[in-house]
Amino acid sequence: MEIPEEEFLAPGHRGCAGCGATVGVRLALKMLGKNTVAVSATGCLEVITTPYPETSWKIPWIHVAFENAAAVASGVERALKSQGKDDVNVVTFAGDGGTADIGLQALSGAMERGHNLIYICYDNEAYMNTGVQRSGATPYGASTTTSPHGKESFGEDKPKKNIPMIMAAHGVPYVATASISYPEDFMKKVKKAKEVDGPAYIHLHQPCTTGWGFDPSQTIELGRLAVETGSWILYEIEEGEFKITYRPMQRKPVNTYLESQKRFKHLKEEEKDRIQEYVDQVCAELKI
Amino acid sequence: MTSIGATVKEPGSSKHNKTGSWRTFKPILDKEKCIDCENCFLFCPEGCINKEYDIDYDYCKGCGICAEECPVKAIKMERE
Repeated sequence: MEIPEEEFLAPGHRGCAGCGATVGVRLALKMLGKNTVAVSATGCLEVITTPYPETSWKIPWIHVAFENAAAVASGVERALKSQGKDDVNVVTFAGDGGTADIGLQALSGAMERGHNLIYICYDNEAYMNTGVQRSGATPYGASTTTSPHGKESFGEDKPKKNIPMIMAAHGVPYVATASISYPEDFMKKVKKAKEVDGPAYIHLHQPCTTGWGFDPSQTIELGRLAVETGSWILYEIEEGEFKITYRPMQRKPVNTYLESQKRFKHLKEEEKDRIQEYVDQVCAELKI
Repeated sequence: MTSIGATVKEPGSSKHNKTGSWRTFKPILDKEKCIDCENCFLFCPEGCINKEYDIDYDYCKGCGICAEECPVKAIKMERE
């Protein structure tokens, strides 16, 4: 796949060294091109790319509240349509908090109404911008500031909310999961999402050096470990047809993924076993 | 122009903020060893490595992803 060199996200942004979100946005924008309008919910990405009076965006971009990114994107799409501008992509970037929790109703509405837009959730599995509070997308066992480990708690006690499947249940034409560590797979999915007439949803898994607790140089390796252990699965659902897009040759033990992050360091063997069992069960269902 | 809320009129203006000053370790690429795989270009969070594999030290924060992801270890991280 020929990957365009042109960047639509300028450097100088305030993302942490080793930020995974900006890698995801850079790659997505390469596929979408300059004829794109982006909408962002509140979150890390918004804060790091637009410290007023500066912006990293080289395309039109609008920031709205946590709750309504998908609703605003719906409005932008409809306005462009009424002006006869059918060749402009409308993309939303929102974090897992802005997607799985606070923005879910607006997203559900946009999906249900069938707007021609692309919604990309960059999922770093907690509210990183405000200091690592748990979100609906925080995985079982992870220690965050609102699900801390200690005497009374072993960390997050709920499984990760399955947003891509909730989106698929809306019957939209395209839903996919992706990882920044598999750029070609992700970019192909963005291309498909762009070509689809109607709503497309991509759930992008994206390690966070600050919130997960690992060396900044390991961002891509962590994303890869998530997929290679079966903790994160790459698939797409095109017109209702489910397809795994990447199968690990041989699944690595989940522990290799868990032990390289501070947020899972406190887990006892039995908790890790429980996570392995859960991953095995999901992988068995999907024949991975 | 009437604007609602705050508007920024210069696209990509964050380039005025040179984040290279954040860096402790500097990636040095040995172009002789490079096999043109594009990993460093793809995975750079700053987008400050181009397809000729020139690293823009004005913005490189020294995260070390490029060195880590280089399959032939052509990039070394050196303390500044």
